[in-house]
Amino acid sequence: MENNPGTNILDEVTQGDYKFGFYTDIENDFAPRGLTEETIHFISAKKEEPEWMLQFRLKAFRHWLTLKEPEWAHLHHRPINYQDIIYYAAPKKKELASLDEVDPELLETFNKLGISLDEQKKLTGVAVDAVIDSVSVKTTFQDTLGKHGVIFCSFSEAVKNHPELIKKYMGSVVQYTDNYFAALNSAVFSDGSFCFIPNDVRCPLELSTYFRINAANTGQFERTLIVAESNSYVSYMEGCTAPMRDENQLHAAIVEIVAMENAEVKYSTVQNWYPGDKNGIGGIYNFVTKRGLCKGNNSKISWTQVETGSAITWKYPSCVLMGDNSVGEFYSVAVTNHYQQADTGTKMIHLGKNTRSTIISKGISAGKSNNSYRGLVKILPNASNSRNFSQCDSLLLGDKCGAHTFPYIQAGNETSIVEHEATTSKISEDQLFYCNQRGINTEKAIGLIVNGYAKEVLNKLPMEFAVEAQKLLAITLEGSVG
Amino acid sequence: MNGSKSSIMRVPDITNSPKVMENMKLLKEIPLGEMLIDRFQNQFDVITANDIPAVTAMRKEAMNHFISNGFPSSSDEKWRHTEIESLTEENFQYYLKPLDSEQDIEDLFKCEVHDFDTEIISLLNGWYVNKHAGLTTLPNGIVYGSLTNAMKLYPELFEQYYGNLADIQVNGFVSVNTAMVQDGVFIYIPDGVYAEKTIQIIKLIDKKEQLFVQNRNLIILGKNSSFSLMHCDDSINHFSSLINTVTEVYVGENAHFNLYKLQNLNNQSGLINSTFIHQEANSTTKSNTLTFNGGMIRNNINIDLQGENAHADVLGLYLMDKNQHVDNQIYIKHNAAHCTSNEKFKGILDDEASAVFNGYIYVARNAQKTNAYQNNNNILLTPKATINSMPFLEIYADDVKCSHGATIGQLDQEAMFYMRQRGISSSNARLLLMYAFTAEIINQISIEALRKRIDDMVKKRLRGELSVCEKCVLHCGSPDKEYHFEIDMSKI
Amino acid sequence: MLLNIKNLHVSINGKEIIKGLNLGVNKGEVHAIMGPNGTGKSTLAAAITGREGYEITQGEIWYKNKNIIGMPAEERANEGIFLSFQYPVEIPGVSMTNFMRTALNAQREYHELPAIPAGEFLKLMEEKKNLVEIHSKLNNRSVNEGFSGGEKKKNEIFQMAMLQPSLAILDETDSGLDIDALKVVAKGVTGLRSEENAFIVITHYQRLLDYIVPDFVHVLFDGKIVKSGGKNLALELEEKGYEWIKEQYHAGS
Repeated sequence: MENNPGTNILDEVTQGDYKFGFYTDIENDFAPRGLTEETIHFISAKKEEPEWMLQFRLKAFRHWLTLKEPEWAHLHHRPINYQDIIYYAAPKKKELASLDEVDPELLETFNKLGISLDEQKKLTGVAVDAVIDSVSVKTTFQDTLGKHGVIFCSFSEAVKNHPELIKKYMGSVVQYTDNYFAALNSAVFSDGSFCFIPNDVRCPLELSTYFRINAANTGQFERTLIVAESNSYVSYMEGCTAPMRDENQLHAAIVEIVAMENAEVKYSTVQNWYPGDKNGIGGIYNFVTKRGLCKGNNSKISWTQVETGSAITWKYPSCVLMGDNSVGEFYSVAVTNHYQQADTGTKMIHLGKNTRSTIISKGISAGKSNNSYRGLVKILPNASNSRNFSQCDSLLLGDKCGAHTFPYIQAGNETSIVEHEATTSKISEDQLFYCNQRGINTEKAIGLIVNGYAKEVLNKLPMEFAVEAQKLLAITLEGSVG
Repeated sequence: MNGSKSSIMRVPDITNSPKVMENMKLLKEIPLGEMLIDRFQNQFDVITANDIPAVTAMRKEAMNHFISNGFPSSSDEKWRHTEIESLTEENFQYYLKPLDSEQDIEDLFKCEVHDFDTEIISLLNGWYVNKHAGLTTLPNGIVYGSLTNAMKLYPELFEQYYGNLADIQVNGFVSVNTAMVQDGVFIYIPDGVYAEKTIQIIKLIDKKEQLFVQNRNLIILGKNSSFSLMHCDDSINHFSSLINTVTEVYVGENAHFNLYKLQNLNNQSGLINSTFIHQEANSTTKSNTLTFNGGMIRNNINIDLQGENAHADVLGLYLMDKNQHVDNQIYIKHNAAHCTSNEKFKGILDDEASAVFNGYIYVARNAQKTNAYQNNNNILLTPKATINSMPFLEIYADDVKCSHGATIGQLDQEAMFYMRQRGISSSNARLLLMYAFTAEIINQISIEALRKRIDDMVKKRLRGELSVCEKCVLHCGSPDKEYHFEIDMSKI
Repeated sequence: MLLNIKNLHVSINGKEIIKGLNLGVNKGEVHAIMGPNGTGKSTLAAAITGREGYEITQGEIWYKNKNIIGMPAEERANEGIFLSFQYPVEIPGVSMTNFMRTALNAQREYHELPAIPAGEFLKLMEEKKNLVEIHSKLNNRSVNEGFSGGEKKKNEIFQMAMLQPSLAILDETDSGLDIDALKVVAKGVTGLRSEENAFIVITHYQRLLDYIVPDFVHVLFDGKIVKSGGKNLALELEEKGYEWIKEQYHAGS
C-alpha cells in the first residue's frame, strides 16, 4: 500500500539500544598515559612479575616499535594515538575481611551485567573469571575444578603459580612477531584467563571469562591461554561489554589455544563491546588475534562467535591443523548497524594429513555499516586428503550499507578438496509480507528472519549463550530498516 | 593418483641449452624499468613522432606515474602470488620502430582454421605488418588497421576514446604502455553494423633476442552493432620475450561483443594482458580467455557495466604444466541497475604449474537488481602444483543476488573407477574426466568452427601431444587430422 | 456485513488491474471467485490483506465496520483477515513453532490478552495439526522450507486453524494439489466453517468447490465482477469454459 507501516515504529527505537552502557565509579590505579619502556616496567611491577616475563614484554615492545599498523582490512578509522592511551587501570584494592572477598561495588557491577560471581547463586554449571579493565577480580568454582586437576585462573595468577606452563605455552601459537596488535598486546597485556585441562579430563563445568572495560581513556589488552592435554575436553565462553562513551577505546587481545592428541576445545564468544552511537560517535576498536593450534592427532578446535558490538572489529579466529586428522571449525554471525565496521573471518591452515575444516559465516549489514568476511584456507603440500568447506553468506538490510566477501584459498596438495560458496541477498519482501499477514509486525519479522538466517551458527553456542545471542541480534538490528 | 601419469604436455626444454644461457648472461645488465625511462627521456621525439597532442600529454603523465611507481612487485597485494620481478628485472631489447629485416609474416605463419573465415591482422614482434600498411575499410563500413595510422586519420575518435578506460594508476604495465607504446590495432564498428566475419589478431614473437613488446588496441563498437574478435598471442621461437598489451573496448548501447583470447607462448615468455571493457545499456560482452601455454601470463580484465541491463559473460580456461604460471585478475564493476554478470574460470594444473584467480565483483550503491555470479574451479594433478583462488565480492546495493564459489579438487576417483571397471584404461579415464571438466567453458564458444578447433586443441593439450612446431604452435592448419580419443565410447 | 468492497480500483506500477469491483460478504458465507488467469483474482486478495505495491486509486474496503485502506497488513491480520497464499514463501531457519507462537502472541497482544503459555500452545499445535492430517514433525521444520507443494498448502490451512480468522481468503489453494491433498485441505476448511466466519475461495477450477460448497459464485473478468450466482454457476463454467463470459462481457460493453 502507499504507506510503509514498519518505517515509523522502527525509527523510534534507534536510540538507547545498548543495555550495558553504564559506568561504575570505582577508585582506580592507573598507569601514566602513553607507552614507553617505563610503562612496561610499571605494568610488570604492578603485577609483581618475574624477570622473564618483563623481558618477554620488552622484546615484544621493541619489535612493535618497528612495525606499522596493518592497512589491508576493509576498515576506515581515524589514526589511533598510541601515546594517548592509559595502558593499565585496576580497581584499587580495599581493606576486606578475607582475601577471597571481592569489593561489593565490583560484585554489583557484574550483577548488573547479569554475571553472578556468587557461587551459591549460580544455577548453571559455569565457572567465571571476571576481568574489569586490566585485572581479574574473581574466578569462581576454582575448588570444584581443582578436584579434577583443571586449572582455571587469571593470567597473572598463572604467571605466579604455574610459570612452567606459561613459559611453555605463552606465545607458542601467537608469537609476539605475528602482527602489529599481537606485538602490542605481548608488550602491555594486563590480565586474562588461563585454563589447563589435564590428560583424560572432560572439564565438568563450562569455563567463562567476562571482560568489562570500565575506566575512561584506557585500553584493554587481555590475554587468554587454553591448554587441553591429551583426551581432554573443554567448552569455554567469552563475553564482553563496555560503557557508552564518545571516545573510541582500544581493545587488543590475544587468545591462544593448544589442543593435544584427541583433545577438543570449543571456544564461544558473544562480543558486545559498545558499538558507538547511531551517528558513529564512540565505540570500541577491537583488534584481536585468536588462534588455536591442533597440535595432536585427532584434536579439534571449534570457534563460534557472535559479533554484534564494537565500532571496529578486526578479528580472525584461526586454526592451525598440525596433527593428522585434526579438525578446525569456525562459525560466525557478525552484525553491523549504524556506522559499525567489521572485517572478520578466519584462517584454516592445513598442515597435517586428513585434516578437516568447516567455515560457516553469516554477515548481516544494516544502517551505514560495512561488514566484510575475510578468510584464508591454506592447504600445505603435506596435508594430503584434507578438506575444507566454506559457506559465507551476507544479508543486507537497507541500501546504505555494504557487505563484502574476501576469501583467499591457497592449495598446494593434489589430494585435497576445498569448496567455497557464498551468497549475498536481502530479506525478501515476500517473507516480510508473509509474516505481516500472520499478524507479525515488520520489526519482529526482521528479528525472526535474521535469527533464522543465523540459526546454523547460533545452534553451535552453549545454551547459556544462545538465548542471549538471539536477543542481542534483534536488539542490534533495531532501527535498521526504514 | 595412479602411476601411469600422463603430463598435460611435453615440450623439449631448451632453457639449459648453452647458447641461450650465454645470451641471457650478456643481457643481464639494466633492469627493464630503468631502460624504459631512459629511452623515454632520450628518444622522446621518436616516441611521440606520430602523436596527436592529446596522446603526447597522456604519455607524459603516464611516464611521470611510472617514474614514481615503477613496475609492480610481489609486495603489492595484487601481485603477491605472481613473481613479476623475475621478468621486470631482466634486460630486454625494446625497439621504437620496426626493423628493416622483419620478414613478411606470411612466410612465417599462416593461420587457417578450417571453416573459420576471418579478417586477419598480424603483428610481428609488436608491429603491424600488412602489405597495405594503411587502414582497411570493409564494405559494411568497418574500419580496421594500424593504431598509429588510425590516430592520424581519426584524431577526434582518439580524443574521445583513447586512454579513457586504461587507468594508468592500475599498475606500471598500463602506465608504461600508455607512455611508450608505438603500435597496435584499431577497430571501428559503425552503428547498426553486424560484423559477419570475426577479426583475428595474431601476435607473433620471432626474434633471436630478448624482446620487450608493447601493443595497444582500441576497439569501438557503435550502437546496435555486433562484433567478434579473436586475439592470439603466440611465440614461434624459444627466446624469452615480455609482451605488454593494453586493449580498450567501448561497447555501445545494445551492442554485442565477443572476445576470444588464445594464449600459447613458449615457457620463457611473459605476457601481461590488460583488457578494459566499457559497456553501455543493454549491451552484452562475452569474453573467453583460453590459456594453454606460457611462462608467466597475467590477464587483467576490467569490465565496467555502465548502462542499465548490460550483461557480461567472462569465461576462462587454463591448462598449465611444467613451471608455467597464469594469473587471472577479473574486476567486474556493476555501476548501473539491472545488470548481470557471469564469471567462470576453470583450470587444470600439472607438474609444478601455478595459477592465481582473483575475481572481484563490485556492486555500486545504485546498481540495484544486480545479478552477479562468480566461480572458479581447479584441478590439481600433482603434489607440486599450486592454486591461489580469491573470489571477492564488494557490495553496496541491497537488492542484489550475488553468489560466488571456488573449488579445488582432483579428478573424481569414483568416476575413474567406474570407467576402469568398464574396461577403460586409467590414463584414458583421466583424459576423459579432464576433458569433461573443460567442456563447460569450451561449449560456450559460440562460433562453431572455432569451438571445434579449440576443442581439438584442448584434447591434444591434455594428451600431451601438442608441441611447438616449426612455424606455429597452434597446429590449426591441419583440419584433416582431427583429433579423437582412442576410446570406444560404447564401453562407457 | 463482515466485508464490503465498494467500487475498488487497484493499480500495480500505474497499470490498473482491478477496475471498479463491488463485493459484499456476510458472516457464515462462502464466496467463490472464479475467472481466467490474469483477471485480478490475486490482486484482489493482496488489496484486502494490505500488501505493499498495490495502489488503491479509488474505492473503499469496509471490514467489521472500518474502512481498512491504509491499515498495516499485520493489523488487518490481527483483526482476523487471513490469507492462504498461492505461493507460500520459505523462511529458512525459523521453526514453525517459533513462527506460530510469535504470530499467535502478536494477535493476543493486539487484543490485549496475555501471551499463551508454552504447554497450552504446544497442545494447540498438536490438535490443529491433526485437523489437516500433518503427521510429520512440523514443529522443528523451518517455515515452508523443503515442504512439498501439498505440504505447503496444508500448512496454510493449519495456520488458519491456529489463528481462527473471521475472514479467510484462500488464493488458489487447490492449485497443484492431488485429489487426496485436496480432500484434506477441504476437510480442514469445512471443519473451520462456522456462523461467525466467512471464506473467499479464489480458484480457477470448479474442482475444489465440490468439497467446499460455496453460497455464492462470482466471475471476475477484466478487473470487475461480471457475473454472480449460486453454486451452479461454477458447474456451468466448468462445462462451458470462460469464453461465453468473455463474449457476454464484450457484447455488453
